[in-house]
Amino acid sequence: MNDGGKWYQGFLHGFMIVLSLLTLFPFVLLLSGSLSDDNEIIRSGYAVIPKMLSFSAYEYLWSDAADIVRAYSITIFVTVVGTVAGLSIIALLSYPLSRREMPFRGPLAFYVFFTMLFNGGLVPTYLVYTNMFDVKNSMLALLVPGLLMNAFYVILMRTFFATSIPPAIIESAYMDGAKEFRIFRSIIIPLSTPVLATVGLFQTIAYWNDWFNGLIYITDPKLFSLQNLLNRILLDVQFLQTSQDSIAMGTHIPLLSMRLAMAVIGIIPILIAYPFFQKYFVKGITIGAVKG
Amino acid sequence: MMNASMHTSGQAAAKGRAEEAPQPAVRSRFRAKMKVVKRYRALLLMTLPGVIYLLINNYFPMLGMAIAFKDINFAKGIMASDWIGFKNFEYLFKTRDAFIITRNTLLYNVVFIILGTVLAIGLAIVLNEIKNRYVSRTYQSIILLPHLISMVIVGYLVFAFLDNSNGFMNKTLLPWLGFPEISWYSEAKYWPYILTIVHVWKSIGYSCIIYLAAIIGIDQEYYEAAKIDGASRLRQIFSITVPLITPVITILTLLSIGRIFYSDFGLFYQVPLNTGILMPVTQTIDTYVYRALINLGDIGMSSAAGMYQSLVGFTLVILSNTVVKKFNKDNALF
Repeated sequence: MNDGGKWYQGFLHGFMIVLSLLTLFPFVLLLSGSLSDDNEIIRSGYAVIPKMLSFSAYEYLWSDAADIVRAYSITIFVTVVGTVAGLSIIALLSYPLSRREMPFRGPLAFYVFFTMLFNGGLVPTYLVYTNMFDVKNSMLALLVPGLLMNAFYVILMRTFFATSIPPAIIESAYMDGAKEFRIFRSIIIPLSTPVLATVGLFQTIAYWNDWFNGLIYITDPKLFSLQNLLNRILLDVQFLQTSQDSIAMGTHIPLLSMRLAMAVIGIIPILIAYPFFQKYFVKGITIGAVKG
Repeated sequence: MMNASMHTSGQAAAKGRAEEAPQPAVRSRFRAKMKVVKRYRALLLMTLPGVIYLLINNYFPMLGMAIAFKDINFAKGIMASDWIGFKNFEYLFKTRDAFIITRNTLLYNVVFIILGTVLAIGLAIVLNEIKNRYVSRTYQSIILLPHLISMVIVGYLVFAFLDNSNGFMNKTLLPWLGFPEISWYSEAKYWPYILTIVHVWKSIGYSCIIYLAAIIGIDQEYYEAAKIDGASRLRQIFSITVPLITPVITILTLLSIGRIFYSDFGLFYQVPLNTGILMPVTQTIDTYVYRALINLGDIGMSSAAGMYQSLVGFTLVILSNTVVKKFNKDNALF
């Protein structure tokens, strides 16, 4: 916009580069800590650049990868199933709400959006899911509570359907004898890939990062998702030790770097995928802000 | 059709039928509605999964809030437990906890709102000033990155800094600056700053994007005109950019004021590693409800605190929305 001088632009870039480095610094510290030798960590702490490069943390994790592989599989399963199921439910609810001639459209919309204003809170929710529906220590506990859908996504999608799909298309398809489900499947969904991608992306990240459901509904370590496993290791130093003891009795375990290596394994997928999806993510945030 | 036939028949006859007329009219309106419902039954069917989910996930818990007025006894079952009126609330507000959690939740939110807004706008302005759009977008992606990381991972990152024996602060930065080591996880006084820094680091990218979108939307002609009038760059920022994005600032701020009674559970639970000694400054309403429920199993106290949060929170949402509506009807939530 402003054709600033070279010095001015240089200053701005300098400022932003420093800020970017500060933002990334904790990640660098985590990575280099995981690649450090444990004795070196004890001597001089987690360093920006490992003084003695060592992959022993990763080797140990690899040698007893059962827990990690199981947690990873659970996270992947929950993320895929949750995103697909959630996306379907959201689309199926948003589309009728976007049709002006739908009966009970007003009351239904109120029913959906009221959940954004008021909620029962943790205790009744917990009791509903544990006493009415026995989801404790089951895969459902990771999939259903809180994450499957919410009114915000419904608003996002309904707005898209209402503004981007001309009603004339729907009408003419109906005239040609297509049933409502057919119209939804063959016309609406193919025309709505941008909004489906955006909401799907939000859902994927929410499921991948979720640890809250596991924290309150899962007590059996066999059902831990990746985040719950990481959570347990961070809050309880003994946990890693006891789970490793069986295979490495007596040998020296690089506990300090191993802890960080676990976290690295947890974020690597997001860091790798981020450059590819960040454009859609940014777009999603801006759309969401317009009507949210 | 019905109306037409009634008009053609004689006045007296119409009058005579007046008493019994409402019923067929109601029935026909009902029948017409049924016809519409039948025509759109597929659409209604589509909403069913979502409607059922919200019923279970949101509406059952709303009804379940009634347990705050009960003395829950699992032997008797939730339904059969005794009603005790406001006893749970009395207990809650007699403790010092009620004051501490309210104070912490409110103070952190006030600081987060003010600091977060000012920094995000500043950053958005800087990003907008950068001419090279590609590079500017790269910076934007980098500062958004923390938003994508779970609070558990954030807990690890903070731990790598603050770990008492091996952390970066105690082993590298503080010795280098000539300060003695600090045992971070046992000194409460530092945590308001630590949590604020972590919150800003994690959330600034997100709000910055929203403000940047608003700034990019400003008509360039304002700046052209200002330039011709000889306005400096700083003057342009404060006389054009900031006033023109004020509606966005107002709305985002009012929305966060509506959520001022809620806190980010992960930030206050995971980042301090659930450390008891830090609780005077890290306990918020959300962590209190969680700990009372899961660790202590105290349903009475936790449900009372939860209801307190829900009701005050709801009131604030309604209030802030009313204010948003006054400013700009389009941006109101409802």
